[in-house]
Amino acid sequence: MAKYEKILFKNMEQPGYVGSLKEYEHLGGYQALRTVFAGMAPADIIETVKQSGLRGRGGAGFPTGVKWSFIPKDHPGPKYLCCNADESEPGTFKDRQLMERDPHQVLEGMAITCYTIGAETAYIYIRGEFWLGAQILERAIEDAKQAGYLGSDVLGSGKTINIYVHRGAGAYICGEETALLESLEGKRGKPRFKPPFPATHGLYQKPTVVNNVETLANIPHIMNRGAEWFAAIGEPPKGSGTRIFCLSGHVKRPGNYEVPMGVTFREMIYEVGGGMRSNTPLKAFIPGGASAPFLTPEHLDVKMDFESVAKAGSMLGSGGITVMEEGTNMVWAALRLMEFFYHESCGKCTPCREGSSWLVQTMQRIWRREGRTSDLDLLLDLCKSIEGRTVCAFGEAEVSPIVSTMRHWRSEYEELIREAEASRPNSKQEIPVLSQA
Amino acid sequence: MIFDKLKDEVEKLLSRYPVKRSALLPLLYIAQREEGYVSEPAMKEIAMLLDLTPSQVYETVTFYSMYNLKPIGKYHIQVCRSLMCALVGSDNVVEWIHKKLEITPGQTSSDKNFTLSVVECLGSCGTGPMMQVNDDYYERLTEEKVGHILDELKQKGSSSMKSGPFMFPQLAK
Ligand SMILES: Cc1cc2nc3c(=O)[nH]c(=O)nc-3n(C[C@H](O)[C@H](O)[C@H](O)COP(=O)(O)O)c2cc1C
Ligand code: SF4
Ligand code: FES
Repeated sequence: MAKYEKILFKNMEQPGYVGSLKEYEHLGGYQALRTVFAGMAPADIIETVKQSGLRGRGGAGFPTGVKWSFIPKDHPGPKYLCCNADESEPGTFKDRQLMERDPHQVLEGMAITCYTIGAETAYIYIRGEFWLGAQILERAIEDAKQAGYLGSDVLGSGKTINIYVHRGAGAYICGEETALLESLEGKRGKPRFKPPFPATHGLYQKPTVVNNVETLANIPHIMNRGAEWFAAIGEPPKGSGTRIFCLSGHVKRPGNYEVPMGVTFREMIYEVGGGMRSNTPLKAFIPGGASAPFLTPEHLDVKMDFESVAKAGSMLGSGGITVMEEGTNMVWAALRLMEFFYHESCGKCTPCREGSSWLVQTMQRIWRREGRTSDLDLLLDLCKSIEGRTVCAFGEAEVSPIVSTMRHWRSEYEELIREAEASRPNSKQEIPVLSQA
Repeated sequence: MIFDKLKDEVEKLLSRYPVKRSALLPLLYIAQREEGYVSEPAMKEIAMLLDLTPSQVYETVTFYSMYNLKPIGKYHIQVCRSLMCALVGSDNVVEWIHKKLEITPGQTSSDKNFTLSVVECLGSCGTGPMMQVNDDYYERLTEEKVGHILDELKQKGSSSMKSGPFMFPQLAK
C-alpha cells in the first residue's frame, strides 16, 4: 500500500494527545470555523462540500453537500442539525473513538454545518451505552463555549450555536435518521414514512440535517484545505477522502484504521490487519456492518469504495469489516445476526415485525438440527416478502445475512437439514410448514 | 418525590429543548440513577413535569432496553452476544460469570450485588469479548480478567480494569 496522510486520526495519533481544547487549537483546530465566520457565504460552503465529493459515512453514502442544499433557505423559524452518534450497527466502533479522543474535531464540524444551514441548535444523539463519550463531549462543549466557539455570540458575530448531548437508551433502530428524530422528541423510536424527508420536515417538523459523526469530522479539513485536495484522495469519483474501517473477527490486529477509499479488502485484512489470527484461511467477510451481505475470498481484490463494493453484491455501509476463518459455520453466523435483527425490529410494519420472528425461528430450528427441506425455500420466500416492503431500510438489512450466506454456502444449510432428516424417525413425512413457526 | 430536590438539574434539561417531551429520556435516566430503576411513582412524576399522561411515559419507556422497570443488583453486568464478539468467544464470558457468581442471564446473585444480562452489540466489536458493568466498558476479556474485575467491584466498588477514552489499536509506546 502506498503511503498516505491520515486526516481524522492525525491529531489523536500524536503521542500524549488527549483531545483537550488547548491541544486541538495548537494543532490548527477551530481555524476553519474562524475562516467561515469571517464571512463565507453559506452557498459557497455548500458548493465546496459538494465539490469535495464527501459522501455520508453513516451507511447510505449520500453526498453531504447535496443533502445540505435541500434545506430551504428562506424558511422562517428554527432549523436543526442532528449528529448521528448512535453507532449501533454490529461491527462498527469508529465514532466512539472520534468522540472520545478528539471531540472538538466533531464539534467544529457541527458548528460549521450549523452556520451553513442556518441552525442555532444542534443535538448529538449518542447511544446510551456510550456514557463515557457523552461525558467527554459535554465537557468539550463547555470548553468550546468558554472560548467563544459555541454559545450565544460565536466568535463575536452575534450568531448563536448551541450543541447539546442527548443520550439514546438502547435501541438499534434509533440510528435510522427518522427514528432518531422521533426518539429525540421523547417518543418510541419508530421510523417515519419518507417523504417528507428531514430536510423539510425533521425534528419538531422543522428543516433538519442528520449527519454521521465521521461525516461531520471531515468538514473542518475540507474547509481548511479545499475541495480539490479532498476530492483527489482515495478513489474519486467513486469515493473521495479517507475512511475509518473497523476490523473485527478472526483477524490478527483488529481495530480502527483510517485509509484512503479504494484500497482493496486484501490490503486491508492482510497488510493493515496483519492477516488471519491463526493460520486458518479466510472463509468469509462482511464488508460494511451487519446489514451488508457476506462476501467470499473471491472478493478480496474488490476495492473499498461505494460503487465497487455495490458491484460485488454488497455495500460499504458503516465501514465495519468482520472477518471469519474456515471452520466458522455460516448458518450459525447468519443466525447470530438474525437474532440481533429480531431483537431490534421496532415493530412498526408487519413484514419486518412478523417476518423477523418467523425467520429467526426457522433459522433456530435448522441450527438445532430440526429443520426440514422445505425450510430453505421458506426462508428465501420470507426474505422476498420483507425486502422492499417495509417503512425503513431495516427490512433490506435483516434479510441480507440469510440471503447472502444461502447464496454462497447453501450446502451448509443442506447439511444441517440432512442431519435433521436422518435423525427423524418418520423422515419421509413432511411436517406442515406453519405448525412450528 | 425524586425531582423536588433536583430542580436545577431539571430546569437545565428542559432549557435544552423547545418541546418539553424531548426531556423524557434524560429524566428517566435521572430517575434510574436516583432509585436504581424506574419506578411507577417516578414515571407519574415525570408525566407531571412534562405535561404527559403516565401512559405516554410508560409507552415510551418500554421501547428502550436501558431502563430497568424492576430493582436489580448493584452491578448490572451486560455481556455482548452479537456475532463479532461471539466469533472471539463471548459465550465463554457468560460461562465464566456463571461459574464465579452462580447466576445465568436474567438472574441476580443472592447477595443482590450482581445482575447478569446478555445484550446485543455495544459498539466495541474489535475489542471483544466485552461486557459493560453499570456505566463502564470492560474489553478484551479473559477468564482471569473477568474474575479480577468482579472481585474488585465487590471489594472496592470500582475496578481498575475499566476502559478509558477509546483508541484501538493503541499507539506503540
Ligand atoms: C436500520 C438503520 C440503522 C442505522 N444506524 C445508523 C447509525 O447507527 N449511525 C449512523 O450514522 N447512521 C445510521 N443509519 C443511517 C442514517 O439513517 C442516516 O442515513 C445517516 O445518519 C445520515 O448521515 P450521513 O449522510 O452523514 O451518512 C442507519 C440506517 C438504518 C436504516
Ligand atoms: S422495517 Fe422494521 S425497523 Fe423499519 S420501521 Fe418497519 S418494523 Fe420498524
Ligand atoms: S459485537 Fe460485541 S460489541 Fe459489537
